[in-house]
Amino acid sequence: MEPRILLAHGGGGGASHRLIQEVFYRYLGNDILLQGNDAAVFDVVPGKLAMTTDCFVVQPIFFRGGDIGKLAVCGTVNDLAVSGARPLYLSLGLIIEEGLPVELLEKVVASIAAACLEAGVKIVTGDTKVVEKGKADQLFINTTGLGIIPESVRVGGEMARPGDLVLINGNIGEHGLAVMSERAGINWETPILSDCAALHGLIAEAMEAGAVHCLRDPTRGGLATTLNEISRQSHVGIILEENAIPVSGAVRGASEMLGFDPLYLANEGKVVVIAPPASAKAILERMRRHPLGKDSAIIGEAVAEHPGLVALKTAFGGERLLDMLEGEMLPRIC
Amino acid sequence: MTEDLSEDLSQKLRQLRDAGLAPPVLDSIKRRMRKLERPVNLMEVCGTHTVAISRAGLRQILPPGLRLLSGPGCPVCVTDQQDIDTVIELAKEPGMVLTTFGDMMRVPGSDSALQSEKAAGRDIRVVYSPLDALKVARDLPDRTVMFYAVGFETTVPMVAATLEMAEKQGLSNFWVFSVHKTIPAALEALIHMEGARIDGFILPGHVSTIIGANAYKPVLQGKVPAMVTGFEPLDILRAVDLLLAQLVEGRAEVEIEYTRAVTEEGNPTAQQLMAEFFEPSDPRWRGLGIIPGSGLMLRERHFRHDACRRYDLAAVRSRLPAPNKLMAACSCGEVLKGALLPGDCKLFGRACTPAQPVGPCMVSSEGACAAYYMYERHRQQGG
Ligand code: SF4
Repeated sequence: MEPRILLAHGGGGGASHRLIQEVFYRYLGNDILLQGNDAAVFDVVPGKLAMTTDCFVVQPIFFRGGDIGKLAVCGTVNDLAVSGARPLYLSLGLIIEEGLPVELLEKVVASIAAACLEAGVKIVTGDTKVVEKGKADQLFINTTGLGIIPESVRVGGEMARPGDLVLINGNIGEHGLAVMSERAGINWETPILSDCAALHGLIAEAMEAGAVHCLRDPTRGGLATTLNEISRQSHVGIILEENAIPVSGAVRGASEMLGFDPLYLANEGKVVVIAPPASAKAILERMRRHPLGKDSAIIGEAVAEHPGLVALKTAFGGERLLDMLEGEMLPRIC
Repeated sequence: MTEDLSEDLSQKLRQLRDAGLAPPVLDSIKRRMRKLERPVNLMEVCGTHTVAISRAGLRQILPPGLRLLSGPGCPVCVTDQQDIDTVIELAKEPGMVLTTFGDMMRVPGSDSALQSEKAAGRDIRVVYSPLDALKVARDLPDRTVMFYAVGFETTVPMVAATLEMAEKQGLSNFWVFSVHKTIPAALEALIHMEGARIDGFILPGHVSTIIGANAYKPVLQGKVPAMVTGFEPLDILRAVDLLLAQLVEGRAEVEIEYTRAVTEEGNPTAQQLMAEFFEPSDPRWRGLGIIPGSGLMLRERHFRHDACRRYDLAAVRSRLPAPNKLMAACSCGEVLKGALLPGDCKLFGRACTPAQPVGPCMVSSEGACAAYYMYERHRQQGG
């Protein structure tokens, strides 16, 4: 292989073929992908199908705690998982900037392979395009995911009811700050790592432990934005307890320095679980036993008052609204 | 930057944000209120305080009868409509590059706004400091670069320093349109206003680092209790407690709670710089009317940079649009005086939201209406 990606690698000829064989098949090969046809063909399992797609343009493409490849798998797997689906298959589309070192591409693809293995999903089809230097920024990825929702499962952002409790599986704000720090060249003495992780296992256990009404991953816009969306969809108010929300000391300190609010910072390994009070306790205990849920906590509840709005009980005992942010707090973090 | 630094900083701030330290202060506040046996209205003069109070939810933990009112301390909010319209009109002058802070872009004029003029092709640029505006002037020697100078004593020294630099560099195309205002004179006007019910002032922190606590004494000493206050929730609670102490003891003094940043004298270097370039003027404030001596205009000897002298403002004003009906219903002026709370305005949250502001108090993030909308509107839904 050439040391750098050339326009020819996307041209469909010999160079493309070599790239597919030596990079993609080598790392990602499985029975379905290796069919080598124009479309992946597989049997349909009973249940409802869930399908989602997501584009990834994070810059830098490698950051503490992850990289664009891991993110592209986990992001889509998590979107399926929070829909109540068991993730099965992914497609993988890459737009590569001419000149990208093949070594970097290989590292990303290896990371995709590792993330797929961990999430129990297969890449079943893919595509690669190469664009002239300057027309993309190193590497953009799109993944589409398919999963199966068992007949018995019904979760959704519209299902929160007054009285329901709000849970989260650990410290918030890490992904947003990790990427931002990397980009600004800030080295915190205790490094802040992205929490990027596939959550399907944790979510499956939570749903097994008791009835769940809503699941959502608080990615862009953070916890505050996600809860605003749910409160609008479900026509309930939500009240959060500032003191109960898990935030690490490092994230709190760094946010204060940089003027961010962790409640609005992106997460890539967090899930908000909204469950009726009768099942919340059992779900919390089960989540805490999972490696991705050790710091799980009940952080608030849904109420009948102020439907569509989220309020925060401050540490001082007062209360304020937690609004949606206008505009984007941090660009290109996923 | 290391985490050491951030740990250190966050530790200091954490102490002040430590809600665990609040209960004894609150208890003391309640005891003093019981002694006073009457309602008390305290005005937080500064928009930054308004936001801090709303964010920490302090209003709901204070005893009933103790009200915190927002004051005229958001520079965008107190800018008179005629000044706003005049600058929008000036943006249309041939060769003009108008530079200003971001908030002013969205402030509605009677029939336009700077952002609409920009969209229509006028050269209007957002700067983060007057020095950025000076750089524009240096880069575009053939254009007229005007800096729309809005702000209190906090920002004036920076503008003065920029003017000093412009003179040193002999930049003849750099102009300042000053609608600068000063806080102490406004407070004096407020306490003499009819129906004013202000029992004490929570005085701004940033402005006071420049002018010092002494600057308020001629105006407030012996009349109304006042406390220069820091921006953490605990600072504000302490200031409330100290103001109530003055009321209980029948004193009316200017004191400093924010001792970690503010002195009696303030910053003499900054004061000198201000005095070199600016002299008092008699501007009109939104809602408060003309307050003699409460503004700052360029001194005559610096006329070469004074946009107010360069243009025939009387002629510009004769071209201004008629006041618009919706804006006439805006109660910003009453809100700035503490006579109304934002939620009392008929337009609040309906015709007027941060996305579509009617008055400047909804534009600036430090405006009282924006702060109430952002942090407290759920209580106004009857929830
Ligand atoms: S809510 Fe809007 S219209 Fe009413 S006073 Fe405030 S800024 Fe003016």
